[in-house]
Amino acid sequence: MNRTSQQTTLIVLLGFMVVLGFILPDWMRYLFTVALCKAFVVLGIVILLRAGLVSFGHALFFAAAAYSVAFSANLWGIREALVLIILGVLASLALAAIIGLLVAGYREIFFAMLTLAFSMAFFGVLVKAYKFTGGTDGLHIPSPTILGLQFSPEISSIAKYFLTLFCLLIVVYLINRLVNSPFGYTLRAVKENEIRVSYMGCSVRKAVYLAFLISGGLAGLGGSLITFDVGHIDPYLSYWTTSGEFVFVALLSGTGNVFACLGGSVFVEFIKTYAFKYAPYTWQMVLGGIMLVVILFSPGGLWALYENLRRRMKMGGKKFDAIT
Amino acid sequence: MNNILVIMADGVLFASWLFLVAVGLTLIYGVMRILNIAHGSLYTIGAYTGAVFVIAYCQKSNWLPGSYLVLLGAAILAGLILGTIMERGVLRWFYGKEVVLQLLSTYAIFLILEDVYKLVFGVKPYYAYKPLLGAGNFIIGGVNYPRYYLILFFMAVLAGILLWLFINKTRFGKLVLAVIHDPEISLAMGIKIDRVYIVAFSLGAILAALGGAFTAPMIAVVPGLAVEVIVISFAVVIIGGLGSFVGAGLGALIVGLVRSFAVHYVPALELFTVYFVMAAVLLIRPQGLFPTKEVRKI
Repeated sequence: MNRTSQQTTLIVLLGFMVVLGFILPDWMRYLFTVALCKAFVVLGIVILLRAGLVSFGHALFFAAAAYSVAFSANLWGIREALVLIILGVLASLALAAIIGLLVAGYREIFFAMLTLAFSMAFFGVLVKAYKFTGGTDGLHIPSPTILGLQFSPEISSIAKYFLTLFCLLIVVYLINRLVNSPFGYTLRAVKENEIRVSYMGCSVRKAVYLAFLISGGLAGLGGSLITFDVGHIDPYLSYWTTSGEFVFVALLSGTGNVFACLGGSVFVEFIKTYAFKYAPYTWQMVLGGIMLVVILFSPGGLWALYENLRRRMKMGGKKFDAIT
Repeated sequence: MNNILVIMADGVLFASWLFLVAVGLTLIYGVMRILNIAHGSLYTIGAYTGAVFVIAYCQKSNWLPGSYLVLLGAAILAGLILGTIMERGVLRWFYGKEVVLQLLSTYAIFLILEDVYKLVFGVKPYYAYKPLLGAGNFIIGGVNYPRYYLILFFMAVLAGILLWLFINKTRFGKLVLAVIHDPEISLAMGIKIDRVYIVAFSLGAILAALGGAFTAPMIAVVPGLAVEVIVISFAVVIIGGLGSFVGAGLGALIVGLVRSFAVHYVPALELFTVYFVMAAVLLIRPQGLFPTKEVRKI
């Protein structure tokens, strides 16, 4: 895809999302918002995946941000969404900065398991600190004000959708820049062969640490935003199956493209909702089955499938070439 | 003094359970380099079949040792069947692929099996308490323990010894060691790697099922058992060093003791002890206590 066609796609997609915000029925807009919130975390995981690292503990940052939003709202009475978002992201960044120091030296399974361990330890804290976190009952968060405006419940859902969309827009732009920057290429090189990267004079540890920080911050952003939308949080936000779901979505979408994550996230959220409805006892089975098929036949995710198709079509005839 | 004795006993008993559950995971990783997230599912199938068989057995007969044999048989049957299906049906397609993909394929299996169990066994709990209550109690430091715990301890020790003998003293064990050391060369030397993988995986599966089956009398067997077991056995195995049996034993012992000290002195910390020990060990020795050696490739 060249630059102009990418921009056109982006504008069309954005227009489409804006229109969706107005015409969708409430329940669907809610699902969309939740899916977009999760897409932030998935983006974070994808950044790490590009460096060949799989984190099974990103729910930690997701939950940490959600809880810090809840605390700031309930204890200090902060109601402004933008302030809450910043606080949430800062909290998860701080956590990522500490944990990143510990895990940046590990790869593959050890990295996955260490992140898993930290998120489960955090889960333990959330469950045990009943006085502050409400234990497994969780916490309620009042609907926030956005830019000082308090919306009625019907409009509020639209406002939250656009708030999420706005954040997403910024993030997608930044991530796109990041992925195509020297830093982005360093991460890819780390995946290929990190010893060579260090021979070239790059600090692998620094690159991984920075990637971890960024992805932790992204997960925090998603976590802060989702609290506004759902209005209730519980410790299962930091459970390892939540992390597993994020990894699943990241894998399904593939690491090739930022937009694929959005699509994948929405896709999975809807599959989950419908599977809950039509196959309440077998929805995990459905997810697992899809996952197996995807990683078996298209390890690069659904996006890779699409890319392959496109390439094949290009090879098939010159006409297609002229159009794209 | 009594207190310490009780803590030690608690710790060792918990450690033997941990070892029984976790050793299969380390075996599978050691031989196949696959970290099996579906390990907890194998544990669960053991628990379910064990519970179903024992409940059926106890309606027919009251002979207690028989119920242990039933548990043993159920575990071997369940582990063998499910393990072989998993290895032949899914995992073998992922040999030689990226580690991340292998990890995720076992995660997918875990998700699928969670629901399969609900469909097959229903969501009602199974109670197979006869083997536990029938055996009576014994006393350490003034505290009553079920005698059944001794059987668990015995099973763990036996599993450890047999596994060690199998790997180090039999012909097939030597083949397994060769494959662990270098799969390609072993293939070139005429070792049927596929067969080694099947055996190793089934054996690991049987061990997991064994852990589940012998846990069944102590708990209510319900859906969702797998999750906790996976996380805790990962921790134990990683503490010991992935792929090391001695490591798994030592890891289990450390975690068991630390946990029982925590339970007695700082109960609030119980949930974190495992992760705390794991993080601490990994920080000091990044590959665990008994790491397997890796070759650096440039």
